[in-house]
Amino acid sequence: MNQHTELSGHAAIRRQVEASLRRRQVREKLFHWSGIAAVVIALTLVGIFFGTILKTGLPAFWQSTFVMDVHFDPEVVQIGPKPEPMPGESPAAYQQRFNQWQLDLGFVDFGQIIHKSIVKQLPEAAEHPDETLALVTSGELFALRDRVVADPGIIGQTVRLKLLADANVDVWLKGNIDRDLPDTQQQLSPLVRAWADQLQASGVIQNKFSTAIFMNPDSRSSLASAGLAGAFMGSLFMMIIVILLAMPIGVAAAIYLEEFAPKNRLTDLIEVNINNLAAVPSIVFGLLGAVVFIMWFNLPMSSSLVGGLVLTLMTLPTVIIATRAALKAVPPSIREAALGVGASKMQAITHHVLPLARPGILTAMIIGVAQALGETGPLLLIGMSAFVASIPATPFDQSTALPVQIYLWESNELRNFFEGRGSAAIIVLLGMMLALNAVAIWLRKRFETRW
Amino acid sequence: MSNLAVVAVLLVLVAVAYQIGLARSRGVALASGVRMHSLPRYHGLLVVLNAALPAIAVYLLWSLFGGSVIEAMVLASLPPEQIPADELQQRVVLQRIQNLASGFGMLGEAQAYEQAAAAYLQSLTTTGQAVTAALMATVAALGLFWSWRGTTPQTRARNKVERAIEIGLIACSAIAIFTTVGIVLSMLGETIRFFQFINPADFFFGTVWNPRFETVGTSGQEGFGLLPLLSGTLLIMIIAMAVAVPLGLMIAIYLAEYAPYHVRNVAKPAIEVLAGIPTVVYGVFALVTVGPFLAGMGELLGVNIRATSALTAGVVMGMMIIPFISSLSDDIITQVPKAMRDGSLALGGTKAETIVKVVLPAALPGIVGAILLGVSKAIGETMIGHGRRQLSGADGQPVRIGFHHHGVHHQPVDRRPGFRQPAVAGGLRPRTDAVRDDAGAQCHRAGGGAQVPRTIRVINDEPTH
Repeated sequence: MNQHTELSGHAAIRRQVEASLRRRQVREKLFHWSGIAAVVIALTLVGIFFGTILKTGLPAFWQSTFVMDVHFDPEVVQIGPKPEPMPGESPAAYQQRFNQWQLDLGFVDFGQIIHKSIVKQLPEAAEHPDETLALVTSGELFALRDRVVADPGIIGQTVRLKLLADANVDVWLKGNIDRDLPDTQQQLSPLVRAWADQLQASGVIQNKFSTAIFMNPDSRSSLASAGLAGAFMGSLFMMIIVILLAMPIGVAAAIYLEEFAPKNRLTDLIEVNINNLAAVPSIVFGLLGAVVFIMWFNLPMSSSLVGGLVLTLMTLPTVIIATRAALKAVPPSIREAALGVGASKMQAITHHVLPLARPGILTAMIIGVAQALGETGPLLLIGMSAFVASIPATPFDQSTALPVQIYLWESNELRNFFEGRGSAAIIVLLGMMLALNAVAIWLRKRFETRW
Repeated sequence: MSNLAVVAVLLVLVAVAYQIGLARSRGVALASGVRMHSLPRYHGLLVVLNAALPAIAVYLLWSLFGGSVIEAMVLASLPPEQIPADELQQRVVLQRIQNLASGFGMLGEAQAYEQAAAAYLQSLTTTGQAVTAALMATVAALGLFWSWRGTTPQTRARNKVERAIEIGLIACSAIAIFTTVGIVLSMLGETIRFFQFINPADFFFGTVWNPRFETVGTSGQEGFGLLPLLSGTLLIMIIAMAVAVPLGLMIAIYLAEYAPYHVRNVAKPAIEVLAGIPTVVYGVFALVTVGPFLAGMGELLGVNIRATSALTAGVVMGMMIIPFISSLSDDIITQVPKAMRDGSLALGGTKAETIVKVVLPAALPGIVGAILLGVSKAIGETMIGHGRRQLSGADGQPVRIGFHHHGVHHQPVDRRPGFRQPAVAGGLRPRTDAVRDDAGAQCHRAGGGAQVPRTIRVINDEPTH
């Protein structure tokens, strides 16, 4: 009897323990699986992120392009070669002749040439010059003009050319617009849409890889030929300025703080400042740049010089902190050995510590440049979000930057076209950043030393 | 005397000075037959420092103050009745004279006194440049001569050069202080000016952010309330945290405690990629992908979610800070001593129990730090909200502190492909954005028909409250 209750008591406890064990193991499984789920969700997000950008951006590198014979009709292009100064001619007289020539050039109706070329492919377009020109992006008129200026011998000849189609035609042909929308909501007239389809079917309009996005500056009148070249040059100038300034200053500051600085109040102040600056939101550096460089120093607004200076200040804390880590990684035995054989402290550092820390310093620099390359906020505040239609030739010219260009394109109203164009620009930007990071990783792997 | 020429001359000076120092120290060593204290190159560098630094200082002084000194002298030379009392007017007069002197020409006839002043300005500039050049040459020569004389076997050239380099290093690290001071000063001045116009109480406790319609100095100042910005920022931050903290923490726990080596090796860098992506790209992602997706989800559930809501910005921002939280927490969790885990496991705890009850409490301070870092990142972020241009704070449309597009904003855009902006919608005045167009460069359309403006930006002229 007694034994029986004892047994049943044991069994009860056993059941209880087993039940709780099952519960606990289920919980363990749940926990494990929620961890896997979190990783999978994050990786999916990464995948969706790159997937959507590639999906919208890659097709934008291919644009609807007219491939057709263009006849430079001497009747239409009545313009001589660019006048050269004649011997004995006064500069004023030459200037007058040159101005007259420029004026004549401006009156040449290149639209008519394009119209006639299209009519050859599409006879029913003969009566509708305006609609025909809606097919081709307006920048091509100037491309034709530049062609004539570069080679006057082309007049009277027929050349097979590639002309970019208008952005709206590109949108229509790629199906980036709902084809069933009523006419009032379409960007193009029914006639132009029908012609575009017809020309595509007859192979005059082809989807060709376009270099416009790499070679041209931004444009608002000829959207199909808007490109990244201006923004790229702006970014390039800024990166050069960042490298030229942030590298020596950052390394010098890191050397001082890591190797020389005595423990005193000044050093503490500097260290606190650097750590704080690393956490300051980047937009604040834009305010600083607007006030200090533009208002006080009168540097040109919207120039890549000011942009480069602002980005230098922004990246300096990053560079200093990373360089200090690189210096710290060099074991003290190296310094002690150098000091032991009679080197001065400066010699120990310049001859031994710096060469050993070089890969780390380079990595720090690349990280800083990559950070500066992707930064947009501060540039907006120093006027670099302006629309710039020319490629800047010097750091003093007005310019914009790659991320700002993305921002400008993505806020363009012709969304159907610029979503793709903007994503293409993102691909270019991400490609550059990936390349920079790959170099940083390669440097780290190549020169990594385990002490 | 252009800047480039000066730089070139200074570079030549540096090279010559270095060679002189080298030659001199070798000569002294040979002549005296004693071991020199420093190597020849330190003597060379010392000569460079002595010769070039004063010359550079003279040039900097001239560049900084020369212009204003000359201007003051020209102004003083004018007939007294022609000197305006007002400083702005003085600027105009000086500008006229400078234009005259540089040959650019000017509006109206040049008066005789202006001609005279222009000539005076030109002569002053020429003299000033000549004096500066002479002064630079003199101090450089003096420096050269002085250090040439001073090169002896006992000269502690290395110590002096190293001291100079160290001062340079200190100057470089002090830039951090100057940057902070610059930030504070640049903000302080503008803030004080702002608060002269706007009552601080209205700014800090106002509930309407709608500053386009308030002209500074007029009576209507209720459009400068900070609270809508603050609440928008907070709302987005909370959503971002709600996304990032559970995800980031679970990722950290899984990667640190459960994941096999090769999974960790692949997954960790793949997630860290998210940290390096420019924020403007996240903004585009929010606008193009996440916003419409959430709006579609809302439609399915019967909830009206605007594609430009705080939810979109919050979710994308959460995505951005996942790697901050996961990587830092991962590092901290791995640092928890193994003995603690073993103890818990030995007592019969499951792995999950060990993590929740032993490892996480031990790692808590570090994890909180990681989360705070993520929060600070989210608060300071600017670009993710940029697609959302709704500026009013009261109708559930959050606005953010980071950045405001300059008052121009889109209507809520219908994202169906092919949707065309209506030219005139109720109370909205369309305006083509021709202000910054690329006039001139390549847009004169020869022979084409007038193009209907297809790109229309809408400026909301009616107060939303």
